[in-house]
Amino acid sequence: MSEAVALAHEARIRPIRIRLAITLAGFGALTVATCLLAPLVGSTHISLARAFDRSIPFADNVDAQIFWVARLPRVLSGALVGAALATAGVVFQALLRNPLATPFTLGVSAGASLGAMLVIILGISFSAGPFSAVPLASFAGAAVATGIVYWLATPYRRAMSTTVLLLAGVTLNSFFSALILFVQYVADFSQAYRAARWLMGDLDVGSFEPIVAAVPAIVLAFAVFALLPAALNVLSLGADAAATRGVDVVRSQRLAFFSASLATSAAVSLAGPIGFVGIVVPHLVRLMVGVDHRIVLPASALFGAAFLVACDLAARTLLAPVEIPVGVVTALIGGPFFLWLLVRRS
Amino acid sequence: MTLSADRLSYSYSRVRLKPDTTSQRVRLKPDTPTEFTLRDVSVRIAPGSLTGLLGPNGCGKTTLLKLLAGVLKPELGSVRLGDREIRTLSPRALAQQIAVVPQETHPAFDFTVMEMVLMGRHPHLGAFQLEGPADIAIAREAMTATGITHLAGRAYMTLSGGEKQRVVIASALAQQPKVLLLDEPTASLDLGYQLEIASLLKQLNRERGVTMVLATHDLNLAASVCDTLVLVREGRVLMQGAAREVLTSSTVEQLYGVIADVSFHERAGHLTVVPVRRQ
Repeated sequence: MSEAVALAHEARIRPIRIRLAITLAGFGALTVATCLLAPLVGSTHISLARAFDRSIPFADNVDAQIFWVARLPRVLSGALVGAALATAGVVFQALLRNPLATPFTLGVSAGASLGAMLVIILGISFSAGPFSAVPLASFAGAAVATGIVYWLATPYRRAMSTTVLLLAGVTLNSFFSALILFVQYVADFSQAYRAARWLMGDLDVGSFEPIVAAVPAIVLAFAVFALLPAALNVLSLGADAAATRGVDVVRSQRLAFFSASLATSAAVSLAGPIGFVGIVVPHLVRLMVGVDHRIVLPASALFGAAFLVACDLAARTLLAPVEIPVGVVTALIGGPFFLWLLVRRS
Repeated sequence: MTLSADRLSYSYSRVRLKPDTTSQRVRLKPDTPTEFTLRDVSVRIAPGSLTGLLGPNGCGKTTLLKLLAGVLKPELGSVRLGDREIRTLSPRALAQQIAVVPQETHPAFDFTVMEMVLMGRHPHLGAFQLEGPADIAIAREAMTATGITHLAGRAYMTLSGGEKQRVVIASALAQQPKVLLLDEPTASLDLGYQLEIASLLKQLNRERGVTMVLATHDLNLAASVCDTLVLVREGRVLMQGAAREVLTSSTVEQLYGVIADVSFHERAGHLTVVPVRRQ
């Protein structure tokens, strides 16, 4: 027993380079394997050879259509959304110094949902290149919510108040939810149904175009995330403690807030508000690799991608040919698994 | 390097959260300062000294410490380290020179002791640089100095108060600062840990030549470890000088309004303060 404890301790104080290498290799392999296998599995069996067979015209090649149009975009959007929500969760939890925070805590998703609802209910429909009405509206809604929360919580040139951030976010969440209910109430039946489906979250994007539209925002957010992990470690001791260890607190908080909001906005505008990923994945990752953000952040990106792709696979296949909304699956799988790990650990 | 504060004034009431009565919104309104927490404070911390900041609750000790650390920016006056004004230094450059040990440290996540101590290396690492063998050696050495090597793999949150404080001190030492500022480092500790931290601080000051500033309510702690004292009352410096000269019945009465016996204790080897009654 004491030997096992000593070994566990030894593993926890291994140098960061070694821990990072092991973690990235392990989670990387898991993610790649998941993303390669997922498109092959589904309610209809397809042959990979036929899907890649160029000699058959695309219009006649059912396997290729299923692979390229139905499954691959879906897997890619799952990976992208999963990675974005999981990392945004990690960053928000560190910024708010609260392990219970999610990417949706600060009202970003409620703002996004309201934007999407309005466009759906008003029946607005247009597209410009890869951009179309509902994702654009939800991205705009998220931007408005982000702006309001930032404006409320940021005194001029001073560190953000995490308490005001949380309260402003929670209040804004409820307020936007009320507006969403109102909009749904005045909508006719078919619009309300479409709106309700959007709110459940759906990775069935149907083509590569919506993914192309979301990628720039997510890549930008990830580039900023790459600057943050060491500062997030120190920030989780508190703003003053971070300042005395050389962190530019105001700058780091702003970068964290806006990059995490951007990743969340892009993910929600692509797939709707898929819950649980942003809290379950970071916690599972911490249970496996410890709490150092330099490891947790990249590991959460990889594991978030694998997790959501796997959940979507379950959503497609469990009750095939009926599909379950992926948001329901993330909650059904994520919740109990999380509790099990929690109980096992204590 | 000498750390000196020159005619510092500071007020927290600069910006105040005020409900805007004309609408339902809550917004920030700038306010003209009406009361200063610190007014016209000048102190000089000699290199290698162990200076105690004494004063009643709310006198501005912690504010002065935060100003010295550069966490707060003074309204008026300046803080200098050597001949450099600290406000001209980047947060990183400043943290390479000055480290702070707060009264209590509550990380939001379950860091190990080793991780907590290695955070002290943060100001010495570049944006994408991970700590290397040299940093780990420095952290290990800081842990040896504070006697926590055996706790390296433990979770910080599971430690006792005294152990936690030693971890935070080790983290500050790993910063390799010229000056260490401590805010009530023994306030939440029992008698045994208080003595332990006191002798640790004295030893680190003597053996490593780290300049220390210690804000405390504990007059006997200050008497036992500090060579210099700064007495602060109502945001002003009442007196500063050698501990043996400054700590007297009369100054204790002026500071706290308490009649006390101050006498040299042969066995302890330092001044002791025994409060008798309120004035």
